[in-house]
Amino acid sequence: MSARELPYREAIREAIQIEMQRDPDVFIMGEDIGSYGGIYKVTKGLYEEFGPERVMDTPISEAGFVGAAIGAAMVGKRPIVELMFMDFSLVAADQILNQAGKQRFMSGDDFRVPMTIRTQQGAGGGVGAQHGQSLEALFMHIPGFAIALPSTAADAKGLMATAIRMDDPTMFIEHKTLYAEKDPVPEGEYLIPFGQAAIRTEGSDITLISYSASMLPTLKAAELLKANHGIHAEVIDLRTIVPVDWETITASIMKTGHGVVIHEAHRRGGVGAEIASELTQRTWGTLAAPIARIGGLDIPIPFSPSLEAVWHIQPQDIVNTALRTLKK
Amino acid sequence: MSLSTQQLEEAYAEMLRIRGFEERAQELYAKLHFKGSTHLGIGQEAVAVGARLGLQEGDLVAPTYRGHAYALAWGMTSFSLFAELLGREAGSNHGRGGSKHMGSAELGVIPGNAIVAANLPIACGTALRAKMDGDDEVTVVVFGDGATNQAAFHEAMNLAAVWDLPVIFLCENNLYSEMTPIKDAVKVDELSIRASAYGMPGVRVDGMSVGAVADVVSQAAARARAGQGPTFIEAMTYRYCGHMPGDMCDYRTREEEAEWKSRDAIEACEALLVAGGKTPAETAAIRERVEQELNAAEAEALASPLPDPSTISRGAAAWMETSR
Repeated sequence: MSARELPYREAIREAIQIEMQRDPDVFIMGEDIGSYGGIYKVTKGLYEEFGPERVMDTPISEAGFVGAAIGAAMVGKRPIVELMFMDFSLVAADQILNQAGKQRFMSGDDFRVPMTIRTQQGAGGGVGAQHGQSLEALFMHIPGFAIALPSTAADAKGLMATAIRMDDPTMFIEHKTLYAEKDPVPEGEYLIPFGQAAIRTEGSDITLISYSASMLPTLKAAELLKANHGIHAEVIDLRTIVPVDWETITASIMKTGHGVVIHEAHRRGGVGAEIASELTQRTWGTLAAPIARIGGLDIPIPFSPSLEAVWHIQPQDIVNTALRTLKK
Repeated sequence: MSLSTQQLEEAYAEMLRIRGFEERAQELYAKLHFKGSTHLGIGQEAVAVGARLGLQEGDLVAPTYRGHAYALAWGMTSFSLFAELLGREAGSNHGRGGSKHMGSAELGVIPGNAIVAANLPIACGTALRAKMDGDDEVTVVVFGDGATNQAAFHEAMNLAAVWDLPVIFLCENNLYSEMTPIKDAVKVDELSIRASAYGMPGVRVDGMSVGAVADVVSQAAARARAGQGPTFIEAMTYRYCGHMPGDMCDYRTREEEAEWKSRDAIEACEALLVAGGKTPAETAAIRERVEQELNAAEAEALASPLPDPSTISRGAAAWMETSR
């Protein structure tokens, strides 16, 4: 399998295209995804290839079309739904949380919902408090969805293909600041299983755990720790938060004895709290310090660039937290 | 579409089955055989049975939490429903759903929904599948008058209309949005006029007449099958019982109740059968047959086991954590 450089957005598109070619039951719908190609151009060209029957523009009606995707999935289709912004998922919250994730269990395994919700989130570029939220913790809390948050183009392709083929609902959360990021992406069919974290940098002193766009400041922090402090951090990309690859991150913490969980989403009640708490239980006795977590500030995302930069985690914030954890 | 004698007789038996089932459900709840709640539609039977008569084999239904009538009318057995009501393994949903969520993939019953308008968008999806695959299949989605004030109702009505989906929106207007009179919850006199806002026909029908309901549903189905899109039907009906166990109906008068009961759909159907030549002995025999079926199903369900606790993860996705 050869690989060539592709941007994140094109890698996602390629996965969707391949899955639509191999399975006629796969279709995609959402706001402005047809001839317009989606506001971040992820679906560009799909309308021309597959036509309006399988690349459907919807009214601005998130509860309506997410519900329609659920219904279609319950009777044999494999819909992909694009929610233009993660923030809009709240308009469809009943369909996502009360409906999609419960049908299979509540029906005694009689109905399944093989639906993929694609959306993008994240602050950056002044999108403000209602277009930039990271809401993955809400959807991690309620049983029902597998959740992927890829940080690289290759992962985006492999996880998207897996999501589409899964028989249960998945939420595929992209990050708006990653769309132009390029890396080598395998050609043809390419699948990455959910629940397999990736060790991006090996290290023995401390484990830094992150996902999605927060991987970038995390990797930068690892470089700074090494260059300025001689500390070797192991950096792990979770890739999926439901399910979590506990085996990989537990083994890493057992090795390093120290850990920090980093995400852009608000810290309070966030994914970091869940990861840190569970890891503490699993590694108690070998831990040299409590597992720390860093997140976006506990206020709505501000618009102005000077304030937005403060709201965001900077690599130095991660370095400082790591040093505190290491008592250095 | 006027009903044949055969259809009338079937409708009569089916309405008796539904009412008999729900009266037993009421009693089972009162005797603490199951907990939670159960939402009954005693008095509303003609809407479900009329809808079934107006449709074809293979058409889907998506009911609400007040959905026993549709489950039965679509062919689910009274035993599987009694067992589900009682949380038994042999229940339609293996005890995982309960009274509010009975469904069957095989029989085309989308599980009942405890969020009043949530099945409307979902029904758009089942109808979308039929349209995409070129199948001659219609989905009827059922909801109460109160659901017409929830956002999902409006989103689904618009979506179905703009995409010409083969779906029928069947509103059971029983005058009360749970415990609040619908006239205190909407400004319009007839809910059916809301359809015009979405560019689809809206029709009001006597929901106490099984023939009248069958008629409008069959017309709506013909439109849907011809690719002309959805129809909104407002069936005027009345639930003789409360919204839920313990509801004493103190928000309405006994006179109003008596007036609606004087138009009882089952009695009206029986009168038609007798007028058509059936003897009282023959209608009594139908009643007796239904009673026996329900008694046997209820007894069998009561004797059947609860789910084994070790089966807790049945229907859970692979990543769900099903142990501590």
